[in-house]
Amino acid sequence: MTRVYYTEDPEGFRGIGDNENTSTEVTFRVMAQQTGAGRRYIRAFVSGFFVAVPVTVTVLDRLAYVARVEGASMQPSLNPEGNVTGSDVVLLNRWSVRNYQVRRGDIVSVLSPKNPQQKIIKRVIALEGDFIKTLGYKNRYLKVPDGHFWIEGDHRGHSLDSNSFGPVSLGLVHGRASHIIWPPNRWQRIEPSVPPERRPLIDWHADTTEEQEED
Amino acid sequence: MALSKVSVRSVSMAPTQPDDRPEDGGQRGGDMFRGVLGKTLCFLGYTVQYGCIAHCGFEYIGEFVTCSGPSMEPTITNYDVVFSERLSRNFYRIEKGDIVIAKSLFDPHMNVCKRVIGLEGDKICTSGPSDVFKTHQYVPKGHVWLEGDNLRNSTDSRSYGPVPYALIRGRVCLKLWPPHNFGALNQSPTGRIVKRSD
Repeated sequence: MTRVYYTEDPEGFRGIGDNENTSTEVTFRVMAQQTGAGRRYIRAFVSGFFVAVPVTVTVLDRLAYVARVEGASMQPSLNPEGNVTGSDVVLLNRWSVRNYQVRRGDIVSVLSPKNPQQKIIKRVIALEGDFIKTLGYKNRYLKVPDGHFWIEGDHRGHSLDSNSFGPVSLGLVHGRASHIIWPPNRWQRIEPSVPPERRPLIDWHADTTEEQEED
Repeated sequence: MALSKVSVRSVSMAPTQPDDRPEDGGQRGGDMFRGVLGKTLCFLGYTVQYGCIAHCGFEYIGEFVTCSGPSMEPTITNYDVVFSERLSRNFYRIEKGDIVIAKSLFDPHMNVCKRVIGLEGDKICTSGPSDVFKTHQYVPKGHVWLEGDNLRNSTDSRSYGPVPYALIRGRVCLKLWPPHNFGALNQSPTGRIVKRSD
């Protein structure tokens, strides 16, 4: 295949047969520029990759995580219309649970004790040491053991929670749902609140915000 | 036929002259401040980047663990340093007979080092060797049964029950210290692991 290269010079065009050296020099220079640009691009891509991926993974592991809520176990707080109009997407704060500190009434995401590949989102009803009345658990009344907490879904009866598998170890907590970020008409901050009928019977922890005023 | 017209131009970049004017002390101080700020930001950037790479290494590849306590003797003794890898746990390939590091059930800040005796669905004999009536328990779904190698001096699943799989942090694969015991770890000396016949 013959390629024709023209060099810019004051006398106008020159064909390939006129000056062999100039055209091959130009060929080499063009090829060198193209591979140089290609190699520079690959180097930039690889170095950017090695910065972006670890930083993103660390942010998702330590700071914040975004998750789509599926199912109806937390209605009406999350997913009030089910999956018909689209599920809620929540922002999970992983930094606030780095020392395993959860409060009663928080909505938390937890690695499921029944299936380690799945994360479940439920509300914290009771912490360690609390004495509670259970709904459908094998024991009617229960003291939550050390290092464990009790979670329940807001939608009674449609929820796989501590009433099925018992108190959950604090080591399984994954993140605290702090905001609903999608759909846009449901943007809100999630406030911790325990349903009044689910409060613990004996409260060992001094709670400074016992009664929440509703305005 | 495409014509490619190539013009090669040389671009000269003259170096910038430093300022020598004596009344420019303020500007030189400002330049120095900007230089220091630039270097600090560069340093911070590198710290963040390498910190994140280190985090990814410890979370997804493996970590070094110092074991303390007598519950895994003779396989692992007090103050041994081992390397526990995260890949088996992340791909859900922990098997019976593996030594694992797991978060403690009652205190999530503490870790325990035990051997996996049974996976979900396995039948575990929970009665002691001296009991007349043998009792059995099935490991529930999503849980594992952990026991130390030193059965007499170990609090494990025999006292607190099966442990959720998600509490496992990693599988111990290599012993690093003491150097005369370097290498892979031994099989269970207790004979509590029953291989399934199927």
